[in-house]
Amino acid sequence: MTAALFFEQLLNGLQFGVTLFLMAAGLTLVFGVMGLINLAHGSLYMVGAFACAAVAAATGSFWLGLVASIVAAAFAGALIEMTVIRRLYNRDHLDQVLATFALILIFSEGCRFIFGSFPLFLDVPAILAGPITLPGGLPYPIYRLSIIVVGGLVALGLYLLIAKTRLGIRIRAGEADREMIAALGVDIRTLYTIVFALGAGLAGFAGALVGALQSVQVGMGEPVLILAFVVIVIGGIGSIKGALIASILVGIVDTLGRVSLPSLFGLFMDPSAANSIGSSLSSMLIYVLMAVVLIFKPEGLVSQNG
Amino acid sequence: MTNPILEIKNLNKSFGALKATDDVSITLNAGEIHALIGPNGAGKSTLIKQICGGLSSDSGSVIFNGQDLAGLDVAERAQLGLGRTFQISSVIMEFSALRNVMLAVQANAGTSYRFFKNVRTDKKLVDRAMAILARVELEGRADVSAAELSHGERRQLEIALALALEPKAFLLDEPMAGMGPEGSKRLISFLDGLRKEAPILLIEHDMDAVFSLADRISVLVYGRVVASGTVDEIRNNPAVREAYLGETA
Amino acid sequence: MASLSRETLLNIFLTIGMLALPFVATAIDEPFYITLATRVAILGLAGVGLNLALGTGGLVSFGHAAFFGLGGYAAGILASHALNYTPIMESPFLIEGTNQMLIIWLVAIIVSGIGAYLIGLLSLRTSGVYFIMITLAFAQMIYYFAISWPAYGGEDGLSIYVRNAFPGVNTLDPQGFYFICFALLMAGIWLSATLKNSRFGAALQSARQNEERLSAVGVKPFNIKLTAFVISGMMTGLAGALFADLNRFVSPSMLSWHMSGEIMILVILGGVGRLYGPLAGAIIYIIFEFIFGGMTEHWQFFLGLVLLGVVLFARGGVIGLIAGRARHD
Repeated sequence: MTAALFFEQLLNGLQFGVTLFLMAAGLTLVFGVMGLINLAHGSLYMVGAFACAAVAAATGSFWLGLVASIVAAAFAGALIEMTVIRRLYNRDHLDQVLATFALILIFSEGCRFIFGSFPLFLDVPAILAGPITLPGGLPYPIYRLSIIVVGGLVALGLYLLIAKTRLGIRIRAGEADREMIAALGVDIRTLYTIVFALGAGLAGFAGALVGALQSVQVGMGEPVLILAFVVIVIGGIGSIKGALIASILVGIVDTLGRVSLPSLFGLFMDPSAANSIGSSLSSMLIYVLMAVVLIFKPEGLVSQNG
Repeated sequence: MTNPILEIKNLNKSFGALKATDDVSITLNAGEIHALIGPNGAGKSTLIKQICGGLSSDSGSVIFNGQDLAGLDVAERAQLGLGRTFQISSVIMEFSALRNVMLAVQANAGTSYRFFKNVRTDKKLVDRAMAILARVELEGRADVSAAELSHGERRQLEIALALALEPKAFLLDEPMAGMGPEGSKRLISFLDGLRKEAPILLIEHDMDAVFSLADRISVLVYGRVVASGTVDEIRNNPAVREAYLGETA
Repeated sequence: MASLSRETLLNIFLTIGMLALPFVATAIDEPFYITLATRVAILGLAGVGLNLALGTGGLVSFGHAAFFGLGGYAAGILASHALNYTPIMESPFLIEGTNQMLIIWLVAIIVSGIGAYLIGLLSLRTSGVYFIMITLAFAQMIYYFAISWPAYGGEDGLSIYVRNAFPGVNTLDPQGFYFICFALLMAGIWLSATLKNSRFGAALQSARQNEERLSAVGVKPFNIKLTAFVISGMMTGLAGALFADLNRFVSPSMLSWHMSGEIMILVILGGVGRLYGPLAGAIIYIIFEFIFGGMTEHWQFFLGLVLLGVVLFARGGVIGLIAGRARHD
């Protein structure tokens, strides 16, 4: 593998990691603050992607679509928080899993009912289409580079939000002690709705960003959701910082593994066997990474109790 | 002189800057009740966990019947014969009193990997468990679920679970806690006889119980053993009176 | 003699109903009902497996599709090699394909047991939400592996051209195959009842309720839970082998997270921890799919609503509704 290809794949991995982070941040925040496992987070990702595709198709503006993705997912998030999710905070994890699994079925079939089973395609806006030449002469898609930049900004914004703002202080207090914060007179119900909608908005935003790279279709959210779980397990549950580190780690390991394993096996096997074994094993790589983390740091890389 | 059954040597545990146990050394000899007293937050619970294996020690060792327990987990230490009770009753709530004790009996026999025989008709198991319940005067409540037992009855069940293990040493964490005066009196006389079966490391706040039962007393304050001796020595130790008894007087 | 509880009566009713169903179906000339009933029996068995981990042991596994699929692939791979007369491997020793169900089941049980052992070894180091996410993730790993491994059909799956054979039974006859599946379901229910009442079952229930206490009496909760998880995975794996034979087809979809969710749903619909819960759940699930699936392709929308309703308002599932709260002893 040449240095240029390696660098390109590294950027791809980073871009993948950043989108994973947008998913994982909301999940881990919701778990950290409310103690809830939300399988329907992938549905919110899908809602964002569909909202973006629909609005972009109707108005011709990707940017309006992007705004719509955040608004629609945050709205859907707030809606399910107020109707379903808030009944689950004091339930055991089994009930949370089942109820949010039910929400997946409802969202998926609802979306299929409205938009049909065929994938929608979302065009990258003209200004972001095409490649840019990076220092060193490497051409790289502007759109992917923008995702990296935007994702980085969101991560920074999230950090500032939680570390510096009143809302952040309340969120952290809520993590530490629910009764305490209620005693302080903070309206905990509203706080939870806001946190949930915030996570939902991030997921919807991620869905829209990725939707333009791939396609927008029913069921697109769950594979990403499971990857986000892997990220959370590796990073340490409830930790935004852990989610960021683990997202980028997972993104890069997965992307580089897919490119390099087949050629690695090609060194001592015939090409077609190397290709099939390499690609099968590379699809398992991040799970192996997760297993290794579990063996050595069962609490995740950034432990909340440490 | 015979070796002690349980020997705790220079045990340490810190949580950040807080020293929960600080160079604690205690021995427990055959046939005795060694009471461990101290104000709240003195590190008694931490020490129990270190002995039982629920919490790893920063340094020091626990020797039980001549064997260093380092590296063994809670279950392995229990199998070796450390029978403990919990400060807050910890039983299987959905099980009846009888089935709770049956669990301990099967665990003691090392037969938890039998898959086919129905425990309800397993006469050996039931009879043994009933006999143990009778010892703590719970045989009349055998079929009541643990969740419906009274607080005092659950304390008795705790003792029964420890008895079922036929331990070589008992670690009793505030067995009197929440017992009425009548129950306490009966428990005191029961423990008095129990020391012949196996020595008891007794953590207790009830001073009447401690002074009437203990052969030796150690006083733990801020994680350190500030005094250790017979009942009379402790009663008259000025440091203890100031640090501990003075507080409650 | 004590009178039978409502739950026992319901269980007897379900058993008799399942026994009579193929004859009724034949009498009213609706042979398709036998296929539906076979699906019920197989999914019920998969659920019985999960219920051991989930209901008795409190292990919320969202990855049981892994074992279901491993069992399915064991059946598919053995059968395809038998059909082509090619050995599965020649060195270091020869393994041939087979179309004998008894051997296939054994292999399915062993393979899914090994899978459950490895996944359990890692995931049982954690608990709660971690456990849910990790079992889900490992199942997804096997799913992706099946998709990207081209030897056995990859994404397209693998067909079993002729249903595998069982001594003395014509498995091509729907009734014959149904009774095989039903017998295994009953054996599975018997096994889970027996385990629950055994010394092991007592330890497992204790591990669910109070690990601290179980350790304090000298039993390692980890080992108990791992054993239960392996047995649970084996039962679900066996169901997977039957499922492959029923459809004469295996594909990665048997390994998907959606399958894990389905198995879990039917356990919940029936009632967690209830002996016949998975069977009752499978009956409801299949009837629901049959009726609503016939009316609209969006039937899963309504399944979602029903599931949501059960979780929020009718905990204890259908058997709970009929038989009342579970009695504990």
